[in-house]
Amino acid sequence: MVELTIDGVRTIALEGTTVLEAATEMGIIIPTLCYHPALSPYGACRVCIVEVVKGNRSSLEASCTLPVEDGQVILTNSEKVRKTRELIVELLLASCPNSKTLQDMAANMGINKVRFKIKDRGCILCGLCVRYCKEQMKSGGIGFIGRGTSRRVATAFDVTPEECRNCGGCEWICPVCERACTAGNLIDGVCGGCQNLIPVETCPVCTGCSESVGPQGHKVY
Amino acid sequence: MKSDCEKVAAIVIKYGGNHDSLISILQDIQSEYHFLPEDALRAVASQLDLPLIQVYGVATFFKAFSLKQRGEHMVSVCLGTACHVRRAPAVLDEVKRQLGIEPGETTEDMRFSLETVNCLGACALGPILVVDGKYHGQMSPGKIKKALRKGKRNPEG
Ligand code: SF4
Ligand code: FES
Ligand code: FES
Repeated sequence: MVELTIDGVRTIALEGTTVLEAATEMGIIIPTLCYHPALSPYGACRVCIVEVVKGNRSSLEASCTLPVEDGQVILTNSEKVRKTRELIVELLLASCPNSKTLQDMAANMGINKVRFKIKDRGCILCGLCVRYCKEQMKSGGIGFIGRGTSRRVATAFDVTPEECRNCGGCEWICPVCERACTAGNLIDGVCGGCQNLIPVETCPVCTGCSESVGPQGHKVY
Repeated sequence: MKSDCEKVAAIVIKYGGNHDSLISILQDIQSEYHFLPEDALRAVASQLDLPLIQVYGVATFFKAFSLKQRGEHMVSVCLGTACHVRRAPAVLDEVKRQLGIEPGETTEDMRFSLETVNCLGACALGPILVVDGKYHGQMSPGKIKKALRKGKRNPEG
């Protein structure tokens, strides 16, 4: 057992667990994208960053891959964390503006502008699909190919591999294809459909249905 | 070109069928065939008992590996910073003109393949042209013909 402090609260955690797991145990929510409890931690998206305080210095680390340590002092929602996390989500949005998961995350963080040039790549390289295929389906049909800016998820020689059992898990787990954002035009790279939009003219009372139908407002049923 | 399964099998055995030697195995196959044939990759994957995508991922990660068939002679032009300021682009243009291909391509007669690299660690000699592993330093457009001819005569470099 190790003892650590998260957001000013002392807690104990099992050795070998991660800061993210310890925080979740305490009911503290840290946003994540590439983390999945059933898959090995990967540390690709950096959305889950937390501030690790050491004396009067501090560093930012991805909590999903950070093992708990005795005497660790963690801040999950400091100014520095929020600022950096917003930046990271903006960067991710710039490469995947149609991801509902990302747009919702942006809305929750109050991001109302993406400062980067939008270049839709349709994938944030979170590796969820690759790990799902390998670890849960024990198949390993898909993987990353290339590197740098040309890195992408693919099958070998772009043909359906023998190992593939058509489980559809890769699509199911993907934060981009899972449910495409249906917003029409993006305003500054951010969807205007749900939480971000100013007045809703059609609904008399907002029930928070979060049915995003584009920058014009909610749809009435 | 079809790869010959026995050769590939021998290479894998040479490294003890070890997963960790994947890169070395691919390097040996590459120097044998000048590229990585699809069936060779499949054979490696099944012999090492690795998913094909893992082998394919490594093969596409490194620039040193090629999945496309390459010519007999490999011509590389360094476009690193030091070579660049010493007019490597002019050298490249001349090589392209003489071979009639763009970087990444192979001549129709399968004799030459051209590629560009970013610094070979011999900047003092720049601009550098490499023909079949032999470094030709202080290149100028005028000297290219000779360097390429050497490659023709001496395939092992
Ligand atoms: S395809 Fe989807 S799940 Fe796979 S790496 Fe890209 S974003 Fe992640
Ligand atoms: S959830 Fe931790 S880096 Fe993606
Ligand atoms: S830049 Fe060409 S060898 Fe360094």
